[in-house]
Amino acid sequence: MSSEHIKTSTHISQDEGLIFEHSSPGKKAYRLPPLDVPEVDAAAELGNALRTAPAALPEVSEIEIIRHFTRLSTWNYAVDLGMYPLGSCTMKYNPRVNEVVARLDGIAGAHPYQPQQISQGALRIMKALADQLLEITGMDAITLQPAAGAHGEFTGVLLIRAYLESQGNPRKKILIPDSAHGTNPATAAMVGYQVESLPSNSSGMVDLAALEAEMDEDVAGLMLTNPNTLGIFDEQIAKIAEILHRKGGLLYMDGANMNALVAKARPGDFGVDVMHLNLHKTFSTPHGGGGPGSGPVACKAHLEPFLPTPLVVENADGTLRLDDTHPHSIGRVRAFFGNFGMFVRALAYIMANGPDGLRQTTEDAVLNSNYLRKKLEGTFDLPYDTPSMHEVVFSDKLQSKLGIKTGDIAKRLIDYGFHPYTVSFPMVVPGALMIEPTESEPLEELDRFVEAMKSIAQEAIDSPDLVRNAPHSTRLSRLDETAAARKPILRWKPETK
Amino acid sequence: MRYLPKSPAERALMLREIGVSSIDELFSHIPAEFRLNRDLAIPRQMAESEIVDWFRARAAENGTGYDILLGAGAYHHYRPLVIDALISRGEWFTAYTPYQPEIAQGTLQAIFEFQSMICELTGMEVANASMYDGSTGAAEAVMMAMRLTGRHSAILARSVHPEYRQVIATYAQYQGLPLTEAAFASNGRIDLAALDAAITSNTACVLIQSPNFFGTIEDVAAIAEVVHAKGALLVVAIAEAVSLGIVRPPAEADIVSMEAQSFGVPLSYGGPYAGVIATREKFVRQIPGRLAGQTTDRNGKRGFVLTLSTREQHIRREKATSNICTNQALLALVANIFLGVYGREGLPQLAAQNLAKAAYARKTLGAKATLLFEGAPRFNEFVLQTSEDPAEISRRLAAENKIIGSLPLAKFYPELGNAALWCATELTSRAAIDTAARQLRALEVTA
Repeated sequence: MSSEHIKTSTHISQDEGLIFEHSSPGKKAYRLPPLDVPEVDAAAELGNALRTAPAALPEVSEIEIIRHFTRLSTWNYAVDLGMYPLGSCTMKYNPRVNEVVARLDGIAGAHPYQPQQISQGALRIMKALADQLLEITGMDAITLQPAAGAHGEFTGVLLIRAYLESQGNPRKKILIPDSAHGTNPATAAMVGYQVESLPSNSSGMVDLAALEAEMDEDVAGLMLTNPNTLGIFDEQIAKIAEILHRKGGLLYMDGANMNALVAKARPGDFGVDVMHLNLHKTFSTPHGGGGPGSGPVACKAHLEPFLPTPLVVENADGTLRLDDTHPHSIGRVRAFFGNFGMFVRALAYIMANGPDGLRQTTEDAVLNSNYLRKKLEGTFDLPYDTPSMHEVVFSDKLQSKLGIKTGDIAKRLIDYGFHPYTVSFPMVVPGALMIEPTESEPLEELDRFVEAMKSIAQEAIDSPDLVRNAPHSTRLSRLDETAAARKPILRWKPETK
Repeated sequence: MRYLPKSPAERALMLREIGVSSIDELFSHIPAEFRLNRDLAIPRQMAESEIVDWFRARAAENGTGYDILLGAGAYHHYRPLVIDALISRGEWFTAYTPYQPEIAQGTLQAIFEFQSMICELTGMEVANASMYDGSTGAAEAVMMAMRLTGRHSAILARSVHPEYRQVIATYAQYQGLPLTEAAFASNGRIDLAALDAAITSNTACVLIQSPNFFGTIEDVAAIAEVVHAKGALLVVAIAEAVSLGIVRPPAEADIVSMEAQSFGVPLSYGGPYAGVIATREKFVRQIPGRLAGQTTDRNGKRGFVLTLSTREQHIRREKATSNICTNQALLALVANIFLGVYGREGLPQLAAQNLAKAAYARKTLGAKATLLFEGAPRFNEFVLQTSEDPAEISRRLAAENKIIGSLPLAKFYPELGNAALWCATELTSRAAIDTAARQLRALEVTA
């Protein structure tokens, strides 16, 4: 970094460089203890497998590491700072006790292949979480192995395929409503299925006539998000399941929006054959800037023989073991047992809530979303007037007449101190504003958000350029994404190379 | 409920504002027969102190304070304290995918740094933001090779982590991608002549692991020559990332799939870990997962964004390179911090300590057992054959010495008899190695 560059910034933290740019030969942030065994001659030991040039990693001190990553962190918005109404992502509070228990020595330090007699605590945690998720979903069997929601979808559709194959015909197609997440069609393709898009009706639900028409012996199943990405619970769910089941198809439920249902309704009771949960959405494990997640898959008894292995089972003496004798299993979807650290956190969340807390949580999530809907209706266009669950989807129809798009409103929202909602999704709503407040927002934060949204709507009329050029309060203004994609710079390079 | 920020009066007020008389009205469009009119049958709400106590009891059942002589895809390395100090900041762990770059520059710049470090370490030109783990990353790398070559079969070295191979088999089964296995030679390395014979004009790629599951370092350059001569791609999996501090990077590979757990991610009973895929620039359009790229804002200031997203599921849907969405961002950050701590000089020194500990363990434990796969270099793992069932040895080491011993290989490699995979890292004490050797020696004498 040139000295001139430093002078022009208001504070160094406003212009923190890359970690590589702090590097200077000989600085270090580590000290290894002395070896208690003889040193070895690496060249003799490794021969021509010896690395000859060290990787150009940075050379920095400990204080520089702390400052670097602390400064970078201040450029992030986060749930801890304020409302993060990113629709379909369920950005709820991440309890601190979760983080503490996941870091206990016997938990964070457990090796996945350590003998099972000293893994009973880990297995007990997995068993407890599995049992409670089964009660919450109303399903019969579960695997915790998938590492995220999309990975859970993959596992679930594999279960469908394995089951149908065992019935003699894996079939060819998966039906997916037009309001679905992009992961659904991508998943179906990975399992070798063709994707057939299913239109929504005017209420934002599955078009039953279209479903009847599409459903035949070539259709393996339907991947349904319920409540869907419009925040609408499809009340025809029993009929949907019936249409599928009548012709031998299966109903997959994407559980991304389970935060609207926990303790109020159970997918296992309304005809779902298999579903995934997102522990990082519904069950409070932190999103971590984009992971790790965890995507357990729960299913009905007829799919149980096909679950990935190993599964935790109980011995006669009450101890637990990992069992991988499951002859019809689809196989492993991940090494070891899944994102165990997330199981710990999700279980701690369920324990902190209990049955009454989980119910209140769901009710508050739905209450918050309906409150926003009521307060913003009229200011923003509501494309579907069907009742909302945990999220509400508006469109920019009124503002786009003034040349202001959903993306502009989102950027302006940053200036008001909020993370934007999900922009331009679901695609069935042109110019969508998908708002999911979650249960974690106090009334005063919701009111501030409403005020901000109304104020932006007024600005769209009075001073559209203010909105169009937002954000104004951030360290950087709008970034050039087109240039980034046209000539990708995907890494720092050492100057000497 | 202590996480919920509302008073009963506020809830009542909100219901009035919405214009409904009760909360149940907001759920009334769920058909009555599907509404749950009872409490969930789960334990009652617990106090924070009770939760901590419950997990402490589970942690105690797992045991603490064991010495670990076990690796096999999950490595016990020291985690510098600055890692948890930094990632415990809410700005890191309570943020999500950086969809709004203006308020996610921290996450984006950290991903960019991580990508850069992975390139430096592996000798590749581009790296993605992360994959779920080493096993799924390897599966995605194999499928990427299939797309790149238009060929429809793959060869997996039998010395690749057995669970990685199982995961790849699960991924490949409906991709029209038959898999075959390449045997290992008596020195633990891939049997080059057999491999050469096995590659056909329909082989998309050969997947090897180096150091492989037995700890043996493959001759990547020689394998690449054979693979490339037949127009196939070479995919190299790396499970023990610390090896890159001292072992020649697999620069001849076309795709590298690495498990970065060794870079500061806790063992945590197998996850969450952090995979990453790195490749050549010309293959970037087929890489799965997220990529951070450098750009500028309207004032010309440097900044970072997610880029080339037309590869991804939210744009391309069923034509995407993968269905991956959420990945392992926080653990990529952990790796980034870890690599910052050790740096250019420290990572080689750390790797050298691993090499020395493993050499000592191999010599000491090997004195009364048969060391398999001699004649090729190794990093920090090795395979010993004993006269007694190694599972029994492991059981006794745990019960009598508080040592987590080796992984018995019979389940994965029945052809190796009473063989087990041992590991020593910088955290393995000489005392633990000596104790384990005494157990082994005593057993050998009575055998």
